[in-house]
Amino acid sequence: MNSFADRFAITGPIAELRKAQANVEDDEFSDAAWGSEAGFGSLAKGIPTFTVPNVPDPSSFLRLHTDDHADPNCRIKIQHGTTTLAFRFQGGVIVAVDSRATAGSYVASGTVKKVIEINPYLLGTMAGGAADCQFWETYLGMHCRLHELRNRERISVSAASKYLSNLVYSYKGMGLSMGTMICGWDKTGPAVFYVDSDGTRLKGDLFSVGSGSTFAYGVLDQGYRWDLSDEEAQELGRRSIYAAGHRDAFSGNTCNLYHVKEDGWRFIGNYDLSQMHYEGPSGTGYGYDIRVEGRSSADAPPATAA
Amino acid sequence: MSIMEYNGGSVIAMVGKDCVAIASDLRLGNQALGISSNFQKIFPVTDRIYLGLPGLATDVTTLRELFRYRVNMYTIKEERDIEPETFAHLVSSTLYERRFGPFFIEPVMAGMSKTPSGGYKPFIAATDLIGCLNFAKDFVVAGTASSKLYGVAEGLWEPDLEPEDLFETISQTMLNAVDRDAYSGWGVIVHVMTKDKVITRTLKGRMD
Repeated sequence: MNSFADRFAITGPIAELRKAQANVEDDEFSDAAWGSEAGFGSLAKGIPTFTVPNVPDPSSFLRLHTDDHADPNCRIKIQHGTTTLAFRFQGGVIVAVDSRATAGSYVASGTVKKVIEINPYLLGTMAGGAADCQFWETYLGMHCRLHELRNRERISVSAASKYLSNLVYSYKGMGLSMGTMICGWDKTGPAVFYVDSDGTRLKGDLFSVGSGSTFAYGVLDQGYRWDLSDEEAQELGRRSIYAAGHRDAFSGNTCNLYHVKEDGWRFIGNYDLSQMHYEGPSGTGYGYDIRVEGRSSADAPPATAA
Repeated sequence: MSIMEYNGGSVIAMVGKDCVAIASDLRLGNQALGISSNFQKIFPVTDRIYLGLPGLATDVTTLRELFRYRVNMYTIKEERDIEPETFAHLVSSTLYERRFGPFFIEPVMAGMSKTPSGGYKPFIAATDLIGCLNFAKDFVVAGTASSKLYGVAEGLWEPDLEPEDLFETISQTMLNAVDRDAYSGWGVIVHVMTKDKVITRTLKGRMD
């Protein structure tokens, strides 16, 4: 039944593949490269087109060259390790992320921007494939603007996230990798939606995504309340990213913190996790050794005379 | 999943002028999860030999005890301390005994060996996991950050460094290399050995 539908569908990965394969024979360059469409290729056609390798099964071909589990020596390394979190509270939405990018065990960068500023009211977080998140969330921003122009009204976070989830669902099985939170403020107030490349889309108050998410959830769950003050909420976001950066080998370096309020998002700051470990918010440091100095079994206070 | 990267950790040794230095990180991990930030990988063998054992943590413990046993037996039979060169060959043959089911450890050694004239000269060596010896004249590296350690050491090391300068060189090499390795870090320990003393310092490194 599905294969019957696929054969006649004009959208979705199978159709894209069919179109791309038809292009391979007679059309080396996309039409978008010529005439008035030049430079606006993806805009004119409505949806970007991709050149697909001319092999029987492109998705398994792609997996062979990008999946560490299938082949550890694969040439294209996709960024896997990350910690990102976002939560809704009385004062808006807090978005906090780490900044480490790893390729295997190599720390490729410590200054990655994992929060994508879609527009002044929408933020997206980046986990999974860096290019996939960056490209599709920027592309989402373009469509949010078109929505504004057509409807004389800002797009809701719900509609924006659904646009993205429908989009990635049409590429399901072709190797897209993204786990993102679309955060913002609309008519309904603060909103957070989790969207991933499987097509999952969830509305919620609190999410964390990435290899360090379990550690972040630990701190987050322990400190989360709806009636958190702005300062408390920002501190909870920072502290959760610190915890993840500390324990997870694939997260760390710095924390980027954003706060979304009624008038749009605001960048709060960039915090060095090592500095947080040794100095912390009030000069005491988050690190266990620093926090318990002179009070742990290994470093006990001098015994009082009996 | 590579068994050499299961627990993480790295060691480096460097030669200076009438001194040697050996340094390691302090991380013990279970793949991506950090478990301990106080896991020693460098052990004193005699007053003038230090042995670094980066690799699989269970084999770190096993080999430390095995070498303690074999060095004690040597000391009793010979009625003298083992020399670094001799110890390096002991390490090599101990590892080659397990040629077809090796310990997942790449040992690094640093020490001061006696010269016929009664003085001391610096000595470093490293082997692979089945005991192929590498007697380097400058520095040796091993562990999950080895490729990064090579890069930084190649840029910072120079011949005939005094003990204080050697300490600075090995410390900066270690700190900067482990920051580029996901499986190493969580603190660094450095030992600098001269003919009459060893100075041990724990460094404040990045904890992520």
